[in-house]
Amino acid sequence: MTTRIEARFSRLKDDNRPALVTFVMAGDPDHETALDIVKALPAAGADVIELGMPFSDPMADGPAIQKAGLRALKAGASLNKTLALVSEFRQVDDTTPIILMGYFNPIYIYGVEAFVADALKVGVDGLIVVDLPPEMDSELCLPALNAGLNFIRLATPTTDDKRLPTVLQNTSGFVYYVSITGITGSAAPDAGKVAAAVDRIKRHTDLPVCVGFGVRTAEQAAEIGRNADGVVVGSALVAAIESSLETGGGTAAVSAVTKIVSDMAAGVRSVSLAKA
Amino acid sequence: MNQIEPNSFRAGPDEDGRFGLFGGRFVAETLMPLILDLEEAWKTAQGDPAFKAELDGLNSHYTGRPSPLYFAERLTEELGGAKIYFKRDELNHTGSHKINNCLGQILLARKMGKTRIIAETGAGQHGVATATVCARFGLPCVVYMGATDVERQAPNVFRMKLLGAEVIPVTAGHGTLKDAMNEALRDWVTNVESTYYLIGTAAGPHPYPELVREFQSVIGKEAKEQILAIEGRLPDMLVAAVGGGSNAIGLFHPFLDDKDVAIVGVEAGGKGLDGEEHCASLTAGSPGVLHGNRTYLLQDGDGQIKEGHSISAGLDYPGIGPEHSYLKDTGRVEYVPIMDEEALKAFQMLTRTEGIIPALEPSHALAEVIKRAPTMGKDQIIVMNLCGRGDKDVHTVAKHLGMNL
Repeated sequence: MTTRIEARFSRLKDDNRPALVTFVMAGDPDHETALDIVKALPAAGADVIELGMPFSDPMADGPAIQKAGLRALKAGASLNKTLALVSEFRQVDDTTPIILMGYFNPIYIYGVEAFVADALKVGVDGLIVVDLPPEMDSELCLPALNAGLNFIRLATPTTDDKRLPTVLQNTSGFVYYVSITGITGSAAPDAGKVAAAVDRIKRHTDLPVCVGFGVRTAEQAAEIGRNADGVVVGSALVAAIESSLETGGGTAAVSAVTKIVSDMAAGVRSVSLAKA
Repeated sequence: MNQIEPNSFRAGPDEDGRFGLFGGRFVAETLMPLILDLEEAWKTAQGDPAFKAELDGLNSHYTGRPSPLYFAERLTEELGGAKIYFKRDELNHTGSHKINNCLGQILLARKMGKTRIIAETGAGQHGVATATVCARFGLPCVVYMGATDVERQAPNVFRMKLLGAEVIPVTAGHGTLKDAMNEALRDWVTNVESTYYLIGTAAGPHPYPELVREFQSVIGKEAKEQILAIEGRLPDMLVAAVGGGSNAIGLFHPFLDDKDVAIVGVEAGGKGLDGEEHCASLTAGSPGVLHGNRTYLLQDGDGQIKEGHSISAGLDYPGIGPEHSYLKDTGRVEYVPIMDEEALKAFQMLTRTEGIIPALEPSHALAEVIKRAPTMGKDQIIVMNLCGRGDKDVHTVAKHLGMNL
């Protein structure tokens, strides 16, 4: 079975350009606005949507995404509502891949079996769970893969050649390369180092490699997109949502996000993928 | 699967770092290679006589071990039941059991070639102990401390600064221990090459729960030898306070397979278990995943972690070391809550009957001893871990007694 993620990357390969992967937090700043934002993402140029599952203790996230999660929780977000949001999105878009990204505890409390089944039912395509390294694959990764979800693993600058096969073993959909040792929204990555790392990962796998953490501008997106199969932008979008709240949120939040996404979409469309 | 009585309660963790259902390595990939390096360094250290000799030497000459096992004669008389002994880890250098773990881990950090130490702290006892060993070994030290705790534990903040540590107040969340731990993890993930994370309690990803337990087990090993020398037999009961649970596991672990020794862990019941203001994760929580391990947590139905409350900043953590979760589920250790008010009364009682000002953390254990001792025979023996001294708490206690210092 081909997932929406696999179909999307296959099409982008034909188009010979990298993907723009966008991250926003489910329920931020509130459920309705978040739904409007997510619905507006594909038209603005997002190829893949990562939807954050709010968690009270996001250990790998910087201040922007921490605050986004807390805003969402304060507005009543929950894993149930995140799944409902995906379901509502699927009524208007059946092709853009949706990946849920977050931490394990809310899924564990929901119940792994029930979560995997419900995620598939509402139209989720893949999962990124930050605190589940390969050593913990039996917890969620294997049940998710068996059910037909993609399980996208993070590879980092500390993942050396010896460890890469372990990390890649049960990874599907694409590999998410974390461009820095650090938390989300940190300093901009060094494009040269990132390119070398992407090449290194590609020697170990045929999966697409997307790069995230610290990408803010269309120029950065274009530069990284010359080597990578996709570029992830997250903190810049949720920071724009935060700023828009000073002017009332709602439609202001939607247009703040779509403006950045359009810019970055132009960035990734300005480059052609390096021929393999 | 039916639960069968294990041959030994001291066998864990397994090679995946699990104590039954609990423990594990739930960390970001960036940290995983380092966690595996730490495990290697820890295994090597365990088999290295030079490492043991260096640690033993520091324990003796720097900390002042062994700590006495003290018969609390007047308190025993006053309560009119079991004989009460205190394992006096409050007499250690820096004033609590925390130094036992810090010395062990700083030696590991040096073996691993790490050049910078970070730590989280709640009451400030672990922060002070970490800053102390960093000063002793000349390593830079950064301590993350919740902004709320920075305020209520000002003397310890000053102590850490005197010792040369940088104290970073954490305003995220509610500004307590859990938020400090999140921030320490964020620092670690950012500075993973140079930095050693010196975790203060027997929690976090494997191998931390195991290695912290081993460094703290010096408490129980000494206590066992001492009680055998004094009384010629094992105690009937052990009692210790559990926040993250490092002093308790340190006392309990050497006794876990001595089936005639009853073991009681005392959690912070705060203002009562009916409301939200307590830290009784074992009594009132449920299993979940936080800070690198699966363990009992205070959480809501969506898996969001709740803030704890305790009069004692050192117990103010919504989780618990995974081995305690295992010991609870197997029934080997009984865990009970003690309320703020009960701990305050116990604090005052010990001060007046024995001339010892205890920290608020072991005051919780003491409150349980005060309940249990009168129900036991005069020929029975309780050993309680008096794991910290109360100098740091006099302002908090004064405030609760309506006094202005």
